[in-house]
Amino acid sequence: MTGPELEPRGGAGSALPHESAVLHVTGSATYIDDLPELRGTLHGAIGLSSEAHASIVKLDLSAVRAAPGVIRVLTADDIPGRNDFGPVIHDDPIFATGEVQFHGQALFAVLAEDMRAARAAARLAIVEYDRLPTVLGIDEALEAGTRVLPDISLRHGDVDAAIAAAPHQLEGTVRHGGQDHFYLETHIAYAIPQEDNTFKLHSSSQHPGEIQLQVAHALGIEAKDVTVECRRMGGGFGGKESQPGQIAAIAAIGALRTGRPVKLRLDRDDDMVLTGKRHDFRIDWRAGFDADGRILGVRFTQSTRAGYSADLTGAIADRAMFHADNAYHLPAVAIDSHRCKTHTVSNTAFRGFGGPQGMFGIEEVVDVIARTLGRDPLDVRKLNYYGVSERNTTHYGQTIEDNVIHEMSAELEADCDYRARREAIRQWNASSPVIRRGIALTPVKFGISFTATHLNQAGALLNVYTDGTVLLNHGGTEMGQGLFTKVAQVVARELQIDVDRIRVTASDTARVPNASATAASSGADLNGKAAQDAARKIKARLTEFAASRYAVREDQVEFRANRVHAGATVVSFAELVHAAWMARISLSATGYYRTPKIAYDRSTLSGRPFYYYAYGVACSEVAIDTLTGESKVLRTDILHDAGQSLNPAIDLGQVEGGFIQGMGWLTMEELHWDAAGRLRTHAPSTYKIPAVSDVPLVFNVRLWARAINAEDAIFRSKAVGEPPFMLALSVWHAIKDAVAAAADYRVTPLLNAPATAEEILRSIDDARQRARSA
Amino acid sequence: MTTAELHFLLDGRDVRLTNVSPTTTLLNWLREDAGRCGTKEGCAEGDCGACTVVLAEVRDGQLNWRSVNACIQFLPTLHGKALFTVESLRAADGRLHPAQAAMVSCHGSQCGFCTPGFVMSLFGLYQTEAAPDDGAVTDALSGNLCRCTGYRPIKSAAHEMYRLPVPSGSLPAPQWLPGDAAAQALFERLSALDADDRTLDIVHAGGRFTAPRSVDAFADCVAAHPGATILAGSTDVGLWVTKQFRTLPHLIYLGRVRELDRISETDGWLEIAAAVTLEDAFRAILQHYPEFSELWRRFASRPIRNAGTLCGNIANGSPIGDSMPALIAVGAEVVLRGGRQRRTLALEALYLGYQKKALAPGEFVHSVRIPLPGQARDRQLVRAWKISKRQDQDISAVFAGFCLQLEHGTVREARLAFGGMAATPKRASHAEAALTGRPFDAAALNDARAALAQDFQPLSDMRASATYRMEVARNLLTRLQLELAGAATRIDSMEADHDRP
Repeated sequence: MTGPELEPRGGAGSALPHESAVLHVTGSATYIDDLPELRGTLHGAIGLSSEAHASIVKLDLSAVRAAPGVIRVLTADDIPGRNDFGPVIHDDPIFATGEVQFHGQALFAVLAEDMRAARAAARLAIVEYDRLPTVLGIDEALEAGTRVLPDISLRHGDVDAAIAAAPHQLEGTVRHGGQDHFYLETHIAYAIPQEDNTFKLHSSSQHPGEIQLQVAHALGIEAKDVTVECRRMGGGFGGKESQPGQIAAIAAIGALRTGRPVKLRLDRDDDMVLTGKRHDFRIDWRAGFDADGRILGVRFTQSTRAGYSADLTGAIADRAMFHADNAYHLPAVAIDSHRCKTHTVSNTAFRGFGGPQGMFGIEEVVDVIARTLGRDPLDVRKLNYYGVSERNTTHYGQTIEDNVIHEMSAELEADCDYRARREAIRQWNASSPVIRRGIALTPVKFGISFTATHLNQAGALLNVYTDGTVLLNHGGTEMGQGLFTKVAQVVARELQIDVDRIRVTASDTARVPNASATAASSGADLNGKAAQDAARKIKARLTEFAASRYAVREDQVEFRANRVHAGATVVSFAELVHAAWMARISLSATGYYRTPKIAYDRSTLSGRPFYYYAYGVACSEVAIDTLTGESKVLRTDILHDAGQSLNPAIDLGQVEGGFIQGMGWLTMEELHWDAAGRLRTHAPSTYKIPAVSDVPLVFNVRLWARAINAEDAIFRSKAVGEPPFMLALSVWHAIKDAVAAAADYRVTPLLNAPATAEEILRSIDDARQRARSA
Repeated sequence: MTTAELHFLLDGRDVRLTNVSPTTTLLNWLREDAGRCGTKEGCAEGDCGACTVVLAEVRDGQLNWRSVNACIQFLPTLHGKALFTVESLRAADGRLHPAQAAMVSCHGSQCGFCTPGFVMSLFGLYQTEAAPDDGAVTDALSGNLCRCTGYRPIKSAAHEMYRLPVPSGSLPAPQWLPGDAAAQALFERLSALDADDRTLDIVHAGGRFTAPRSVDAFADCVAAHPGATILAGSTDVGLWVTKQFRTLPHLIYLGRVRELDRISETDGWLEIAAAVTLEDAFRAILQHYPEFSELWRRFASRPIRNAGTLCGNIANGSPIGDSMPALIAVGAEVVLRGGRQRRTLALEALYLGYQKKALAPGEFVHSVRIPLPGQARDRQLVRAWKISKRQDQDISAVFAGFCLQLEHGTVREARLAFGGMAATPKRASHAEAALTGRPFDAAALNDARAALAQDFQPLSDMRASATYRMEVARNLLTRLQLELAGAATRIDSMEADHDRP
């Protein structure tokens, strides 16, 4: 036991509870809808299109305007600036004009004295449409040739020759669905008009800096005239990266037009209909491999449904291409990426950001190869793992320098008794009349950094007050992932003060400007380093001051557990700070960080897009009911690489939560559009995310004890937000294994995600039919 | 005698309100009028649990605690009850309630938005169960969605809270710790409120809420206002307001009618009256039909079962209501009352067509009568099976209720009822005929499976395709036959380490 004087409380590495945990459990954590409403606040609701693709012939809003409580109706004509909230390409109108491109697109907004009046009034619009032909799905879009962005191809080696020369060739098509984020807090913005045509916004946003610009553009004013703040979100998961722009812009336009504060909170149904989701993919593949299952060449066509506009689709589809290898060395690769335009909501960022989609394809390929060869899929996986010092160049030219998948995979395989259980399951299945079990162990390798290199920068602001307490602000946002906790822990360790002496305040564009989105798992990496930089600046000033004051050399000044040692003199941190202030030493510093080493050429899709990789392995065992297709996860074992964890409790929470969310994507979460392009699953009554009974009966999750980041990331930790999501591929492949068992392992199952009971039963029927005719 | 003043307790303090809009939800009142923003809106349809609060009331001479969804409870239904929200739990000296402290120490919150709801579900569990097992914990949390944690730490917190000291102070102690002064005081105050026999009658801005106390008064009120909406647990009617923005001019609430909160057993029948919650109803039914435990567990969520009523499910008559196929299979009847007249119908005869019921204007479902299993229990095969995308809180794609009377290996009577297969809950008469009077062998099974095509032409929707519905309905007959033969057919009973070496 180290004494309290050796380490401050709650420094980086300790399993501190979330900084808001007590506020959460007492109901006193403030979300935007909980803020005291200013006098005169109006409440907004959005009027949505009822056609998927149509010309607007007439938009009659007279009944809306006349409805009780309505103060103002907003249309595109009320936008003084640009009618757009597109984050990259400007093809996302705030309010549709002339033509609607998806069912549920925003046409207008109502501002009323209360929310119920606004929502009721929004339904009273009379809109006449001229229907236009629709393209709803990926296949239709491929047929029609509709795209939001040009096709992109990546070539690595002579793939056609490699496949042709391989002893075996296989091909197939596999699909997975989209996913609604289902953050518990729906989108919300609160716009407050201020003096001299400036605006303050509270926005539930992962990217306040972008909201600031989008609001400024919509209002035709400048960035300096808009401040955006976000203390916390009730979940984000990527859904609040680009999407809040529209909500914030409408609230701000309302504030401009009425001179009153405007709150716009979407109800759950509107949120699910209006805002983007995870991209669904169709993946066509062709592979050549040897007799052991070693992949010699693989060709993918990744076709994704972007929806009506580009949004972040370009970067998402790029990341799907970068993760088409997962943890496997692919000597020759060709990937064609189609970013399909459809008359559906514009899909957007969601935890993994294309990574899960890319991995889904290669894991299918590996599984099919193994089953075709009659080998244990784990053996084929291991055979194809990247080497540590050879066979370690990716298809985009990055050399993998930190590969730990062999060690982790071997450790989990032994720990969870994979081999014996697999054998026992096969025997058990042979005598089970209805239930079949399946097991799979799958790896994750996930690249860390924004692929858009310029986004890999961050800033922080650190104020030390004369009582020795610290106010910390950085460009990252808190959506539950524990970022504020971790960054405070970084500063606690750096300044050697107790974490409760540090307060992290709301993300605020006025305090730290031009921040990137809190996304790509980068929050702690970037903002932790920026905060560390600020803390080091303060520390350097205090060190210089202490050396002079106590007449010692600077290397004799040491910060240790709330005290500063200057030679034989020991003073408290607070005393030194106060003395420094008296001596007119600046106690405020900004910090800055940009990720080193990364460089990537988008025109050739090559270079080093990722600073490092995060790894994980998971083994899942499932049971399926061959009469109904129902499934259940019996056991999951996970070993995950969080480097030297900044906070093991928070990181474990990310791993468990990410896994369950991924399991939902692959099993029960089904977005259902009808033939008219209407989303029919737009509330929790119809869209089912995992609930408490879906947690594996046995759920062993560990952070890998030997993990350390090979790169100089903050205290050698690793990003942990997204990578665990893809551990759920183990559930997917365990289900496939169980379906294979239903046909006595005689054929390779054809299963698409999500593996709902209906899809599993269909797959069983199909496998049994093929087994009979084989 | 009537009163227009709504009166309930919040943290033990009197809340007296007049001029309440009858369809104001409890959630909106808390957030907008009472300044209690800890309770959150996640869906406004009782499906996510972020709005969970706990109610206490006097029933059968003791305090009864239950968690409910504030988003679909209308404020006037609180009359005579005690309300506790997430703000109620922390002690005056700042100490956290065990449900809160355990959530902190087990890292049970991430974004925190669902957390108040989970805390209140845990509080509801804490107040009612002294030592819940995993199943009871899961059940208590079945109505709360969390998108961040993956639930594991929250389940841990549910067990951890019992290892912490029981709070002392103004919060009433849990039921399993008798003799607590605060609980006794609450009991006495609620008893006094319960003794108020006046009809609550609120008229406000074109809306009206009437809550009689006797069944005669209730029946007269319904007969006098045949266009009014009868309100029980509001687990469906609540959504008419929050989702469909409907105006409901007159609500007649049966939750305060004493005689309707009764469960009785007479002459071989179990009778469950209209105000009995689903949770209480199932606990009574399970005494006689343990085969319905899956139906009970998978029927909505705990807070919905704590609010909704069995007769409400029946009276609502949705084609995907879960109770009816099971009850039809065992031969349940409904007692209808119109004014002072009562009549009894076979349950399946209540349903005439989609949302069409054999209810006359001014008539209401008074109770449901369920025949107790006879002496020949060993010759009766009863099953109720639900197929949906998710275990907890989901709407059935297909629901099947089966009851076979067997004699020397021959099916003497078959009652096969399905939900999700037609416009109403419906018996599969052709499939029943295919099984009746013969052994339940492979040939009979094949005939019954084939006959389902004559019984049903199911629809395709977001829950399932018509093809799947038909295939599963047939396969459930297969499952029935396998269960008759004693085969293991259920993943629900699987354990993780089954047959591990």
